[in-house]
Amino acid sequence: MKDRLQNIKDEALKAIEAADMPEKLNDVRVRFLGKKGELTAVLKGMKDVAPEDRPKVGQLVNETRAAIESVLEESKAKMERAIREERMKQEVIDVTLPSKKNMVGHRHPNTIALEEVERIFVGMGYEVVEGPEVEYDLYNFEKLNIPDGHPAKDEQDTFYVNKEIVLRTQTSPVQARVMEQGKLPIRMIAPGRVFRSDEVDATHSPSFHQIEGLVIDKNISFADLKGTLEVFAKELFGPETKTKFRPHHFPFTEPSAEVDVTCFKCGGKGCRFCKGSGWIEILGCGMVHPHVLEMCGIDPNEYTGFAFGVGLERIALLKYEIDDMRLLYENDVRFLKQF
Amino acid sequence: MNTSLSWIKAYVPDLDVTAQEYTDAMTLSGTKVEGYEVLDADLDKIVIGQIDKIEKHPDADKLIVCQVNIGNETIQIVTGAKNVNEGDKIPVVLDGGRVAGGHEPGSRVAGGIKIKKGKLRGVPSNGMMCSIEELGSNRDMYPEAPEEGIYIFPEDAEVGASAIEALGLNDVVFEYEVTSNRVDCFSVVGIAREAAATFGKEFHPPVVTETGNDEDVNDYIKVTVKDNDLCPRYCARVVKNIKIGPSPKWMQRRLASVGIRPINNLVDITNYVMEEYGQPMHAYDLDTIADHEIVVRTAAKGEKFTTLDGQEREMDESVLMICDGKKSIGIAGIMGGENSMITDDVKTMLFEAACFDGTNIRKSSKKIGLRTDASGKFEKGLDPNNAQAAIDRACQLVEELGAGEVVGGMVDVYGKKKEPVRVPFDQDEINRLLGTDISKEDMLGYFKKIDLEYDEETNEVIAPTFRHDLFRMADLAEEVARFYGYDNIPTTLPKGEATTGKLSFKLRVEEVARDIAEFCGFSQGMTYSFESPKVFDKLMIPADSPLRQTVEIMNPLGEDYSIMRTTSLNGMLTSLATNYNRRNKNVRLYELGNVYIPKALPLTELPEERMQFTLGMYGDGDFFSMKGVVEEFFEKVGMSKKEIYDPNAGKPYLHPGRQANIIYEGEVVGYLGELHPDVADTYGIGTKAYIAVIDMPEIVKRASFDRKYTGIAKFPAVTRDISMVMPKEILVGQIEEVIEKKGGAYLESYALFDIYEGAQIKDGYKSVAYSIVFRAKDKTLEDAEVTEAMDRILKALEGMGIELRK
Repeated sequence: MKDRLQNIKDEALKAIEAADMPEKLNDVRVRFLGKKGELTAVLKGMKDVAPEDRPKVGQLVNETRAAIESVLEESKAKMERAIREERMKQEVIDVTLPSKKNMVGHRHPNTIALEEVERIFVGMGYEVVEGPEVEYDLYNFEKLNIPDGHPAKDEQDTFYVNKEIVLRTQTSPVQARVMEQGKLPIRMIAPGRVFRSDEVDATHSPSFHQIEGLVIDKNISFADLKGTLEVFAKELFGPETKTKFRPHHFPFTEPSAEVDVTCFKCGGKGCRFCKGSGWIEILGCGMVHPHVLEMCGIDPNEYTGFAFGVGLERIALLKYEIDDMRLLYENDVRFLKQF
Repeated sequence: MNTSLSWIKAYVPDLDVTAQEYTDAMTLSGTKVEGYEVLDADLDKIVIGQIDKIEKHPDADKLIVCQVNIGNETIQIVTGAKNVNEGDKIPVVLDGGRVAGGHEPGSRVAGGIKIKKGKLRGVPSNGMMCSIEELGSNRDMYPEAPEEGIYIFPEDAEVGASAIEALGLNDVVFEYEVTSNRVDCFSVVGIAREAAATFGKEFHPPVVTETGNDEDVNDYIKVTVKDNDLCPRYCARVVKNIKIGPSPKWMQRRLASVGIRPINNLVDITNYVMEEYGQPMHAYDLDTIADHEIVVRTAAKGEKFTTLDGQEREMDESVLMICDGKKSIGIAGIMGGENSMITDDVKTMLFEAACFDGTNIRKSSKKIGLRTDASGKFEKGLDPNNAQAAIDRACQLVEELGAGEVVGGMVDVYGKKKEPVRVPFDQDEINRLLGTDISKEDMLGYFKKIDLEYDEETNEVIAPTFRHDLFRMADLAEEVARFYGYDNIPTTLPKGEATTGKLSFKLRVEEVARDIAEFCGFSQGMTYSFESPKVFDKLMIPADSPLRQTVEIMNPLGEDYSIMRTTSLNGMLTSLATNYNRRNKNVRLYELGNVYIPKALPLTELPEERMQFTLGMYGDGDFFSMKGVVEEFFEKVGMSKKEIYDPNAGKPYLHPGRQANIIYEGEVVGYLGELHPDVADTYGIGTKAYIAVIDMPEIVKRASFDRKYTGIAKFPAVTRDISMVMPKEILVGQIEEVIEKKGGAYLESYALFDIYEGAQIKDGYKSVAYSIVFRAKDKTLEDAEVTEAMDRILKALEGMGIELRK
């Protein structure tokens, strides 16, 4: 009996060795371990074995089965690994072949710049609000301390719809509208389209965008304005950026300032980009004029505030080194794809 | 506004700064220097020489050989100049020096031209004599220079001295951007005052002495002002026995340095005082003034008047005129008349220094279409108290220059005298506004530097009348800030109540629109809000369409920009056409921009501004790609109900069989379709283009970013397929409507998987197949339950004349 089992085992191992593909291994399994297999046949023949020997024989059969199975599994695993290896060898690809891209659209550079500005100010607790683009003269001028006959009204080359209604020349009227609502304190920015009657050329457009900023609270100071815009400039143009505040005049702020930042191309050394000065002008700002506060129903003895206005196109042109403003309104996809 | 450095130094003698230092410091104290020109930047080694001897060139007829004394030596120069004689004093550029350009006017060379000694036709030449053009200027500025040839100095010029200095070219001219609130800085004196304050130097304004003979000006002229609002002050003085001649060189040089051409002593004095004091003046020939009377009044409507440039101009009744007893002799503050202008044989002259209402001058100047140096100054609103100072200064110069005999006294019509403004001073308030801690002494020190007095008794700061921008604490704060230095103000961040930073809901929805468009391959475009009224014809929009009711701009840049758009299509189509023209393939664009819908015309209130989400594309993709974008967007903004597409959209600019209104909750929220081929032709888009326009206010109204998790199905789904044959006119949308209505509670989803027309299907019919999925949340569905639902669907479909294929 023992010999027979040994025989079966030898033969099985020989057959396993001879098998050169998984199917043949399966044949071996069926032939020796299957329901009608040789080893099963031995088990079936147990009835002829003396009852006292049966456990021993049973154990022997099981050992043989385990031995065959173990070799069989090992062989199978080896074979499968070899096949997989072979397949992977076949599957080598040229990874430098062109990619399959989804067609993804691109955001307008103005919007990218705007979203950066929004992100900075929203992070500092500012609300982003909007106002009408076709606006009352009252809000665009009068409430901003620019009465009829004020030279600033002429300087701005306003498009008029009628005597009372204009295309807003600045986003500043949103200041007046928000202040009038009387909800204090105020921290807001107001981006949007503005219009001035400039002929189209590389640096002018009759329609462009501004971002207005306004903070009204108790004890807001010029130092707060400086600090805020310094943070803004560093966030937008990089941590090395320095700011310079120059006195200026706007009818709706007092004191007023224009702000330059160190040229981000040369870092302030002076280059062609900044016309050698090392500085680039980016915005106008100031402390909200007390008369403007009064006209909007806020007591200037209790509240103070600052306001600033940034030209969005100016930021976009500077940041992305776009040399012609007309590109922003042509919508050539070869331009837009670069952003 | 321009000034030369030397002119500023005339009033701030201790000023010792480089051009760059001046530029930086002045800009930081509020007088912005836009740029400067160093007049002698390209000039080097140029001295005054005297020609001792002239001989003919041995080998050239057109050349002469000169021996030129340059002070310490005599050098030989060969020249082709024809205007030089022995004894002439001339500018000589020495070997190794530089000149600014060639002989021809305007022939300046950047960096200048280097001059080296050499030989001209074999004769050594050790330098070059210069024309005024070679020195970088021109005859307009140096009228004494010959038209062609070498500049010749007056006899008293010092041989060997710098020719650059003698010509006043060792100077720097600054250009300033003066803001509208600082009218006083449109004058050399005003800028000099700022310069003195900025650099902490003494300010020495011109000292005006008393002028005039024993006569009384009132015997010469009478002045009546009819409108004191338009002419708050009118000062007049008379000069007789006039001797017209050139003004002295120092005056010519100063005028030339700021770009004013010297003419003669009288004109130069008026121009000089205008620059120095910022007060325009006018001179009339007194003998042309009828009745020796000046009347200041508004013009008659339609009045014609010839200005001294010979042009006839038409006035209206708002234009202020200067008249004599009989006729108009000048347009106030803008330009004098031909009939009273100064000529070379003038004997007696009337000087006018007046103050006119700035707004009126600006409006008149615009109306007449004539803007002059004078009107440019007047329209800023001048200080009436400056008029007298200016006219007295002019008379002083007349006497100094010997240009005539000044008659004693001044006629002064001055209605309500302008008094200095007193501003309460509060050092703490100023420090609080600036966020600083500046002492009272320092503040008062800054004020003093710019002639603001402090009244200790009343604790008020007194602003002189030339500062018409100082009224309240904030104004004083700015004065303090600019001299304390904006740079020195600390930087802090606002304290106080915390606020929440956020975007408005509308802006958040727009952000999603941008994201979705870009995920779907659309790039963002931007187009103008105004366009041509012709776009309606281009879009084949009927004459009676409400879209043609537009907000019109009164003063557009041209017809092409004259109306505010009521549809966003034109911008999109123009952009697509631009891309098509440039052969860009597969173009997908979107825009988020307003249309402007008037509530009533003519406009009495603001138009409604409706944000439009406009998508346009050509190339890969079709109607259904566009429809997909719309649906992705709706899903992302939480509009989860089913939108309905109504093919009867009635858009004339879209393909009649390929357009649909997008209906959500029974309301039209947008439309989409294929561009009408005629419109495509009009715009020059030579391929099929697809458009979708979504009316964002309708979306914002319905959008929501709230989401509720509904669980993932645990029980199996049952899928049933149906195949139908139906008349072509039936829309699949109608079938879906039936499936939704009759599908019952277990209906989960459905999907069209086949649509077919052609062989095996009879004419006018199509075959459509749907896969319908049922599922229950809480159990495995029984076959019977599904069959029951299917039967309801099939029955309803059959009722529509749809034939089921088994």
